[in-house]
Amino acid sequence: MSAPVDPRDESAVAAAVEAALTAFDAASNLDELKTARLAHMGDKAPLALANRKIGTLDKSEKAAAGKLVGQSRGQVKKAHDARLAALEEQRDAEVLVAEAIDVTLPSARRRGGARHPLQLIQERIADHFIGHGWEVAEGPEVESEWLNFDSLNFGPDHPARQMQDTFFVEPAEAGLVLRTHTSPVQSRSLLERGAPLYVVCPGKTFRTDELDATHTPVFHQVEGIAIDKNLTMAHLKGTLDEFARAMFGPESRTRLRPSFFPFTEPSAEMDFWFPNKVGGPGWIEWGGCGMVHPNVLRSAGIDPDVYQGFAFGMGIERTLMLQEGINDMHDMVEGDLRFSARFGVNA
Amino acid sequence: MLVPLEWLADYVDFSVVDNPRVLAAELAGIGLEEEDFIAPEVTGPLVVGRVLELEKETHSNGKTVNWCQVDVGEDEPRGIICGAHNFEAGDLIAAALPGAVLPGGFAISARKTYGHISDGMICSSKELGLGEDHEGIIVLTRLGLTGEPGDDALELLGLDRVTLDVNVTPDRGYQLSMRGIAREFAMLKGQDFNDPADQPAPEPTDDGYPVELADDAPIHGVPGCDRFTALQVTGIDPSAQTPYWMQRRLTEAGMRPISLSVDVTNYVMLELGQPLHAYDRDALGEKIIVRRAKAGEKLTTLDDVTRTLDAEDLLITDEGGVAGESRIIGLAGVMGGAELEVGPETRNILIEAAHFDPISIARTARRHRLPSEAARRFERGVDPALGPVAAKRCADLLVELGGGILEPAVTIAGDAPQARTVRLAADLPNRRLGTEDSRADIVRLLGAVGCQVTDPEAEVLEVTVPTWRADLTDDVDLVEEIARAGGYDRIPSVLPVAPGGKGLNAAQAARRRISNLLTALGYSEVLTYPFTSDARSDALRIPEGDARRANIRLANPMAEDQPLMRTHLLATLVDAAARNLGRGFKDLAIFEAGLVTQPETTELSAVESYAPGYHPSEDELEAIFASVPAQPYHFAGIMAGYAEAPGVLGAGRKADAADVIDTVHRIAASCGLELTVTADQIAPYHPGRCARFDFADGTHFGHAGELHPKVCETLDLPARTVAFEVSLDALLTQSDTRAWAGVLSTYPVSRQDVALLVDESTPASAVADALREEAGSELENVEIFDLYAGDQVPEGKKSLAFRLTFRAPDRTMTADEASALREAATAVAAERFGAEVRS
Repeated sequence: MSAPVDPRDESAVAAAVEAALTAFDAASNLDELKTARLAHMGDKAPLALANRKIGTLDKSEKAAAGKLVGQSRGQVKKAHDARLAALEEQRDAEVLVAEAIDVTLPSARRRGGARHPLQLIQERIADHFIGHGWEVAEGPEVESEWLNFDSLNFGPDHPARQMQDTFFVEPAEAGLVLRTHTSPVQSRSLLERGAPLYVVCPGKTFRTDELDATHTPVFHQVEGIAIDKNLTMAHLKGTLDEFARAMFGPESRTRLRPSFFPFTEPSAEMDFWFPNKVGGPGWIEWGGCGMVHPNVLRSAGIDPDVYQGFAFGMGIERTLMLQEGINDMHDMVEGDLRFSARFGVNA
Repeated sequence: MLVPLEWLADYVDFSVVDNPRVLAAELAGIGLEEEDFIAPEVTGPLVVGRVLELEKETHSNGKTVNWCQVDVGEDEPRGIICGAHNFEAGDLIAAALPGAVLPGGFAISARKTYGHISDGMICSSKELGLGEDHEGIIVLTRLGLTGEPGDDALELLGLDRVTLDVNVTPDRGYQLSMRGIAREFAMLKGQDFNDPADQPAPEPTDDGYPVELADDAPIHGVPGCDRFTALQVTGIDPSAQTPYWMQRRLTEAGMRPISLSVDVTNYVMLELGQPLHAYDRDALGEKIIVRRAKAGEKLTTLDDVTRTLDAEDLLITDEGGVAGESRIIGLAGVMGGAELEVGPETRNILIEAAHFDPISIARTARRHRLPSEAARRFERGVDPALGPVAAKRCADLLVELGGGILEPAVTIAGDAPQARTVRLAADLPNRRLGTEDSRADIVRLLGAVGCQVTDPEAEVLEVTVPTWRADLTDDVDLVEEIARAGGYDRIPSVLPVAPGGKGLNAAQAARRRISNLLTALGYSEVLTYPFTSDARSDALRIPEGDARRANIRLANPMAEDQPLMRTHLLATLVDAAARNLGRGFKDLAIFEAGLVTQPETTELSAVESYAPGYHPSEDELEAIFASVPAQPYHFAGIMAGYAEAPGVLGAGRKADAADVIDTVHRIAASCGLELTVTADQIAPYHPGRCARFDFADGTHFGHAGELHPKVCETLDLPARTVAFEVSLDALLTQSDTRAWAGVLSTYPVSRQDVALLVDESTPASAVADALREEAGSELENVEIFDLYAGDQVPEGKKSLAFRLTFRAPDRTMTADEASALREAATAVAAERFGAEVRS
């Protein structure tokens, strides 16, 4: 406890202020600051005592002394508060440092799931065509022979019908097969929705191929069909070119080569230009397409003299294999979690 | 079809495309897609050598080899060891010298063997990939070949050639020959065509061998045989061999050389596209009759299989003389009978060149599983005008190569084909292709495929199609020819504008939402084959008579032990689980989304069939659609092992039934739906740990729970594996019930807790439902926050602790109000379940 300060003594008051500021500065933590505060700002602190003395002074001295001590106490309080804020901030920072955790430790209490890439690519294709105003149509996998073949201009004796490696349902008279392509959805859509019609039909298809690196008895196709007045083969080309660019980049485009399908005339194989092909850009076979055969429209009760249009279909497995550089069909069909995992969540 | 380019070059000038790869691309451009490019397998030096000396040496291994001095056109002969003994000094042979590479990457080098340096190899047919001949090395003179030592033997043996394998589409039977492909190429590329069939056709004579076309049961009114040419060649030298050049071409084209007569018929078939058959003339009866079989008749075909014939099979038969009453000598257009097979001793031959109905041949070939080269051509359409010329070409070759005599008697039964016309609206090609061809262009392009237009100025063009184009029947067929002849590349690219759609429908949107939800919940999507078996139903403990055993059965399954289509996803999803567990995954969560087949009955009834282009009536369509079994869309999932992995984060937690039950609730919630849960006992689940889910209107949604311990054991799944399966179709029958209450009360809540003692078997959800009934409109939520069974409660009882949350829309509820409501609610539970309040 120091000697009482005379409130009229400017140098003594200044010394008391100086002592307080020095003490606050010296405080290295909140406890020390508290001690310093009690010493310099408490009831018994020199400036508090000086303040109390003002009342005893002569009236003529009161104003000046009051102003001097008041300002000095204000200065001390401000210095304390500043130091308090600084020390609190310092303490908080220390606490946060102490609470640090290793953020590189495993964090997944629950495992992550993944969509199957074959499904994702079908959704992506559907989205492309929805963006162009088309709709998505679907059909059953166990399908009537009439829809799978006859309605598509495959007569019972047509050689192409024998080339499809069809799974037949027992008994044969039931006229049921596992659909060999997504094309029966063309007929279903024409029958159910009529013309004009712009739909894509993604789905599972079946042929009696043994599973090997490039074949699987169960695979996926996406079929597209557009029927309207005045649609030409040029519109087929335009649709495929736009689609190829969406799937394989702005450099891509398609090329048509003559081929044969009973349900299209003219028919074509379509190749697409694949800029990212392993070993350099090149043409890749993608699927079949053509102008819808008038018999397909007739079967669906649509007048082929009024409406015409085009259809196309491609294998999804093949598209995915090319896009992702997958070499073996087994990886896609066996349901190994390591395969899907890297394709992750699409939500 | 295998197309040896050296052969094709006889008929068309390829000098404009000297690179075979470019030629392959050109052929693809006109519709002949490349299946394979068969490049030469042998690389030189392979030269003609003359064996100067031959010294037989017997070695300690008991083997005798020849130490040969061979002149290969160099200053000094080379010493070569040879193990074969079918040659002698003076013979011309094919010698592969060091540096040559033979089929299979076999590189020839000078090497030490049997005490000598063997400086090359004397080659056999097999070693050069020429055939399976095991009779030793090639002696060139015996093949009718000659040359000087040092000459290139690659060229001499035709080993330097390329063969293309092209895919001939099933509509274009006319391309199944060298002539067909050469003509197509020449026409479409505007080049000269040297037609091997451009020679005078023989005219029928009165003394031709008698042939009667007697089809009394044509299919679709089309006679099985409308033209039959027969020529006879006599006095063929049985020792005459097929010349090497012909053998080589046959081999390159994929056919095995057999004997001169057979080889010549095959050669002419490959050359012109007309299948031919040669009969032993001396064994034939007095007359050939082409007729349908009588059901049950039998024939032993060339492949020595005895076949029971169908009344629809078209036959070649003979009668009279050695034949007796009536004898079957061949399945027309498919395969000949063994009895009249031409053999090495046959001197006199009758050549058949007929035209058969494609459908009749296709059915017979299919019925007897005989996909012969002849049948392949007939069922795709052979030029009906070709028979006489092809028979003559065949006879000429037999005369030339076999020293026979062509008999002047000529049989041509049936009429020459009539010219066919197809009507084509002149504006159709441009309307369909989006091109702007002039009439002159259209006429020119049609001409390029052999079609003639009578009046180019007509509104509707009368187009005469060539006899070999049976596939051109409709106007659109001609449009394709115009597109092909002009090149598909010239068709412009124009993006059409669709009228605008409605986006994904409810089912499609729900599928994506649920799939993505499951993924976010930690499940990974897998796809399994939908094939299953009764054994799998057994393994899943599905009882007899259960609807899930009503499977559709495949007539030709991939695997005999998986002949059924799945009726539920878990039937096949368990395989994916077992596979992943087997590959080292200890914990997993997988799901599958897809169709299952649920027929109303497995007694499928017959349906009508309708021809292409026929639009069935409403009733007929209904029958077609009704014949297709119901195929609802399901979701199923399986979890095994830890749901939350143990480790630095804690002890972890094993998956249990609550995980999959919660998953099902979340699926419903993602579509704005609530479910009623009840305990159920159904395979493949644990009878005490299975939840059944229904919607408010009673529509059944699915099940979830722990799998039966025996199921896990049988299917190699870990104990306590849990699973769920629900029907998206069921979910889609429900309307989203999410609705806005109108007002969110901001008054405080009042919470009331009550613990109720009930029988252990009482479902908690039933008690909660009972509480809700009389708890008033202010009840906001009922929550079960504790479950206790043990020492503190009586035996057979459990304590369920509920928290009831009340909130009024217009005032702060008092504790008295809330507890009165709680008591009212409790009274219902007490009445219904004998629930006692536990204090």
